[in-house]
Amino acid sequence: MEQSFLDYYSLEPVTRRIHEALCSVMPEGWAVCVEGLALGVIILLAYAVLAVVLIYMERRVCGAFQCRIGPNRVGGKGGLLQVPADVLKILTKEIIRLKNSDHLLYELAPYLVILASVLSFSCLPWHKGAEVIDMEVGILFVLAASSIGILGILLAGWSSNSKYTIIGAVRSGAMLISYELSLGITVLTVVILSGTMSISGIVESQADGWNIFKGHILTLVAFVIYLISGNAEANRGPFDLAEAEQELTAGYHTEYSGMHFGFFYLAEYLNLFITSGIATTLFLGGWMPLHVAGLDGFNAVMDYIPGIVWFLGKTFFVVFLLMWIRWTYPRLRIDQVLNLEWKYLMPLSLLLMLLMVVLKVYGLVF
Amino acid sequence: MNSFTKYVKRYWRSTKSLVGGLRISIKVFFRKKVTEQYPENRHTTLYIPERHRAMLEMIHDGDNHHHCIACGLCQMACPNGTIRVVSEMREDAEGKKKRVLVRYEYDLGACMFCQLCVNACPHGAIRFTNEFENAVFEREKLHLVLNHEGSTLAPPAAKKENPVNA
Repeated sequence: MEQSFLDYYSLEPVTRRIHEALCSVMPEGWAVCVEGLALGVIILLAYAVLAVVLIYMERRVCGAFQCRIGPNRVGGKGGLLQVPADVLKILTKEIIRLKNSDHLLYELAPYLVILASVLSFSCLPWHKGAEVIDMEVGILFVLAASSIGILGILLAGWSSNSKYTIIGAVRSGAMLISYELSLGITVLTVVILSGTMSISGIVESQADGWNIFKGHILTLVAFVIYLISGNAEANRGPFDLAEAEQELTAGYHTEYSGMHFGFFYLAEYLNLFITSGIATTLFLGGWMPLHVAGLDGFNAVMDYIPGIVWFLGKTFFVVFLLMWIRWTYPRLRIDQVLNLEWKYLMPLSLLLMLLMVVLKVYGLVF
Repeated sequence: MNSFTKYVKRYWRSTKSLVGGLRISIKVFFRKKVTEQYPENRHTTLYIPERHRAMLEMIHDGDNHHHCIACGLCQMACPNGTIRVVSEMREDAEGKKKRVLVRYEYDLGACMFCQLCVNACPHGAIRFTNEFENAVFEREKLHLVLNHEGSTLAPPAAKKENPVNA
């Protein structure tokens, strides 16, 4: 695969060139170290910037859904500096250490949550050749990594030694573990359709049409189920009973302050983005442009839009869908949440998976 | 099988109602926003609903006539004792004794804007207006006299032109 240095469609030649350049001045081990550090910085920067963008978007979209404007004063027209100002404020806050808490776990919990979030964040397929963590079982890794966050939430609730936090944590633990099921099953449906678990492989398999169009009505329903359970995984309304503020003050992170609270907050918004990003990867083709079979002119025009624009565009579209859901429905009670999962979503997703297997075996998918 | 069909029916019904909720909220999303950016839009786009009750006013026409016959019904209707109607008996040209309004005193600071006075008035002499910027620094400035200087009761012919508000 001999390509020019600047391939319009793929970042791979660029990254290979950088690697070769570094290897020529230092041993390969050092070069990998430097690249890893640089990549880590880039990921964390992207993480922080996206969090700011998402919080701003959430406040504006929420405002619009409630027929008001939202933040529009700080930083000239549009209130663009509102969230950066909030970030600066939270950075200056004191981190309180509780006397009767389990200090080690209390301070470990936010890092676990943010670790899970960053790990699954780095699996997203940003652009062709720009997948940071890409392995054969990529989607399984995402599911596994994002589950660490549940541990962080449970630890946060337990170690704070407060009734609000423990109730919030137990609720959210029950909910997250339940919804992981239908999430996993819908992901499996797509894996069956694509025939691979690697994230780049799933994206490549959608070159001739996104999965949401390929699987007849099945993937459309699976997409909806994924959105619902993904929303629950991200601990967002109508499934935000882990932090039901009317009953539990702030749920599992009630006792946290300063940047430790900031980590929880950041992780919540980035989990929203990760859920949408994975939904984009699985159902809407990742960075793959929209291709319609037979319309070659149209496909060529679509190819000129770079992959990262496609990926971000589609992901933010899904983010908007999730916000739409959040600001429409009232919060569910814990028994209703578990009913919805065990009696409605999981049977349906199992049925979908079965049908998908049948379709795939008889070659009925596109 | 019966319970299964019930289950499917319920599934379908709840899905439909959830979609209905989404439809409503997206309509609100694109609706014109109700937020007033108050001090900035004060002279431009500020919208106060017509029936907003902000300040009691006695209606005066161009010839400095009002419709108050000083009957005192508003004073009696007021639950807060906000209104005091000061009147005196005067003899008119035909020698009939008539009650005439001297001062219509109104304490804005005690008013709770219930509109009972306006509803009680048999001649539609008072009404609430939209002028809501009524903050002042001293309490005394809230004691207002609503009838204008030198105003008189409108003659009966003029009274018919102004319909009594319900």
